[in-house]
Order: sequence, then C-alpha cells, then structure tokens
Amino acid sequence: MSGSSSVAAMKKVVQQLQLEAGLNCVKVSQTAADLKQFCLQNAQHDPLLTGASSSTNPFRPQKV
Amino acid sequence: MSPRHRQMATEALHENETLASLKSEAESLKGKLEEERAKLHDVELHQVAERVEALGQFVMKTRRTLKGHGNKVLCMDWCKDKRRIVSSSQDGKVIVWDSFTTNKEHAVTMPCTWVMACAYAPSGCAIACGFKQFSCLSLPSSWDYSGLDNKCSVYPLTFDKNENMAAKKKSVAMHTNYLSACSFTNSDMQILTASGDGTCALWDVESGQLLQSFHGHGADVLCLDLAPSETGNTFVSGGCDKKAMVWDMRSGQCVQAFETHESDINSVRYYPSGDAFASGSDDATCRLYDLRADREVAIYSKESIIFGASSVDFSLSGRLLFAGYNDYTINVWDVLKGSRVSILFGHENRVSTLRVSPDGTAFCSGSWDHTLRVWA
Repeated sequence: MSGSSSVAAMKKVVQQLQLEAGLNCVKVSQTAADLKQFCLQNAQHDPLLTGASSSTNPFRPQKV
Repeated sequence: MSPRHRQMATEALHENETLASLKSEAESLKGKLEEERAKLHDVELHQVAERVEALGQFVMKTRRTLKGHGNKVLCMDWCKDKRRIVSSSQDGKVIVWDSFTTNKEHAVTMPCTWVMACAYAPSGCAIACGFKQFSCLSLPSSWDYSGLDNKCSVYPLTFDKNENMAAKKKSVAMHTNYLSACSFTNSDMQILTASGDGTCALWDVESGQLLQSFHGHGADVLCLDLAPSETGNTFVSGGCDKKAMVWDMRSGQCVQAFETHESDINSVRYYPSGDAFASGSDDATCRLYDLRADREVAIYSKESIIFGASSVDFSLSGRLLFAGYNDYTINVWDVLKGSRVSILFGHENRVSTLRVSPDGTAFCSGSWDHTLRVWA
C-alpha cells in the first residue's frame, strides 16, 4: 500500500515540476527595469515617499 | 514461490522501477529549471537601480496611538475608507477604530480565544476574524463560546446600540488547525483563509461552502496576500516550510514556488504592480521575488538585524518596504537599491502586524505591547 502512494505522490511532484518548467520566464534585466519604471512613474503619487504636506495628510498635525 | 507470491513480487518490482524512474525524471526537471532560471539571472535589481536618485532623509513619526487591547495585538487591517482600522488580540477582543480620532467604534470579545487574524470587508460593512480557541471550563454557560475553534467568522458591523454584534456572526471557514490569516477577495462574498493545518481555502460567505482548497505547503501556512485585482486571480502564501507559493484561485493549482528563506515566512505582500511580492521571515531577512523572472531578485538584510521580520508592506509606488520586526523596530527599505533608509522606534515589544493605508498616506503597526500606532 505504501508503495503505490509514494508513486502517486512522486507523480504529483513530477507534474508540478513540469508545470513550472513550462512557464515563460523573462530575464531579470527586463523585469527589474520594469519594477524600477513602475516606482519612478508612481513616485509623485506616493505620500509616504514624498512626505506629503500637512494640508493633504489627515494624520499630520495642522500647521498653526 | 506460489503464483500469488510471484505476482506480488513482480508488482512490487514494477512499483520500485516506476518510483525510481519518476524520481530521476523529477531530478532532471529540477536541474533543467535551475539551468533556465540561472540563464535569466543576468543582472541584480540594485544594479539596474544604480543611477536612480537616492532617497533623502525620512521624517516618519507616530501620529496616533490606539490603546484599548488588554493583550498582544496579533493582526490589523484597514477599511477601504482609509480611516477605519480593525484589530484583533490575544485577549479575545476585536476592535474597530476611527484612526483619525482614535475612537473605538465597535468591540467584540470572544472568551478564551486568540483572535489570530482579522480583515475588513471591501464594503466596510463587515469584518472577518480567525480564531484559535482554548478550552475554558470556568465560564458561565450562558456565554456563547461554542464552535469558535479553528473557524473564521464574519460579523456585520452595525451602529444600532441595541444589537449585539456577536449574535449576528456567520461561521464561514473550518480548518483542522488554527486560522493564521484571512482576507476577503474583491467582494464581501468570498473569503480566503490560511491555516496551521498546512492548507489555504476559498469560501463562500453566504453558504459557508468550501469553493476551493490549496494543498502544497509542507507545514503551517502563516500568511497570504491576494494579487492586485488587475493582475488576475492569484494569491501568494508563506509558511513554516520556508516556502512562498503562488496559487491559481480557480484551479487550486500552485503555479510558482520559491524556497530561498532559511526559516518560517511570517508575511507576504504583493508589489503594487502585481509583478512581484515581498516576504518577511524569522531568518531576519525580507526578500523580493519577481514573478516574471521566476526568482528572488533582492534581499533586505543587515548583519545588525538578527530578529525575525513579522510583517511587511509596500508604500503606494512600491519604492519603500516597511517591515516590522521582533526586536520592536520597524525598518524602512529602499526596494530598488536594497538599502535601509530609516529605522523607527516606538513600540515596546514585538511588532506583529503592519499595513499601509489604502491611499498610502500612513501605515499602521500592531504590537505585543498591546497598542497600535499610525505612522506618517
């Protein structure tokens, strides 16, 4: 009984690996460039990054 | 040997051959995968970001402190209205706060229960909680503490003072071990859960029916995060098996797996574009995994950081990664350059949970010091 369940388990492992091997992957130079691009494009709309002024951030104290 | 014995011996031999050939096929596939991944690894993320302007000094302070829990805060979530927060604690309390005023708007207490996880529904009209219950023999029998074990319950939020919030709860999920994380999908109708039983599951809130289960982790699943809605129906989970796994919600299939951490993964969070995700681990590092390159592309670590990272989240543009640690601090990382840009002090015990607000104006941290802090 244990024999056939290890075969079944092993089949699943092979199937999973075949699935992963079939992925179309992209070079890091390309994907990293895209990640960088996304950051830069959205930088000005990122309040924690730009340190949005008190008038627009509800959590920051109002300037007297 | 009798004919029957001969047959059994032959079958066993066939099984051994099949097992052996499957094992060698697995080995050769693994080898091929590593070769292909290595070919794609032509550069590091921080190299690509070399000419990006360095970030200046950050002034981030505690702007609000939410006090009211009687024990360790274990989880928190923001409402889509960018101001309400739900938090849950080891004292069995779930509290909904107005973070602008620090007022408590709702509270429920579950006796003898750790409320391990909590989540706000997209509509803002309900919250979900995941439990780990302990037996309690000395409580009055009139209290309804039945059947909370390993369940996820949804509580509609009502402002009617006469309504008992706990009375209208709906039990949705059922696992065979504790609930570690829960999240609504794009609507109030479905909930995704992660459990100490090693699985994740998708449930229909109305009927409580199991829609899909996700098997593959070799140990407790500690965290999950849904992909931003534009990128489709996937989610990522992290576990005590040191693996981060990406799942197709419809098929239940694991589509990608990453195993580079050296200890439990406590937190996973998608990069805002959906093309990558970050993880925080007991190995004291946070890492960035690129889904299209199918590999880890950055490690956020320092020799001086030796305590586990419990929770991570990105700023709106994905440039900053906020990470809460077991040494009571919050480190702010430059995602592109891999360097730390700030260290935030304030909590008096482990940081256990951390989320950036929906509009990115602030982030909230919860701690074993019983408090939550909103930073901006």
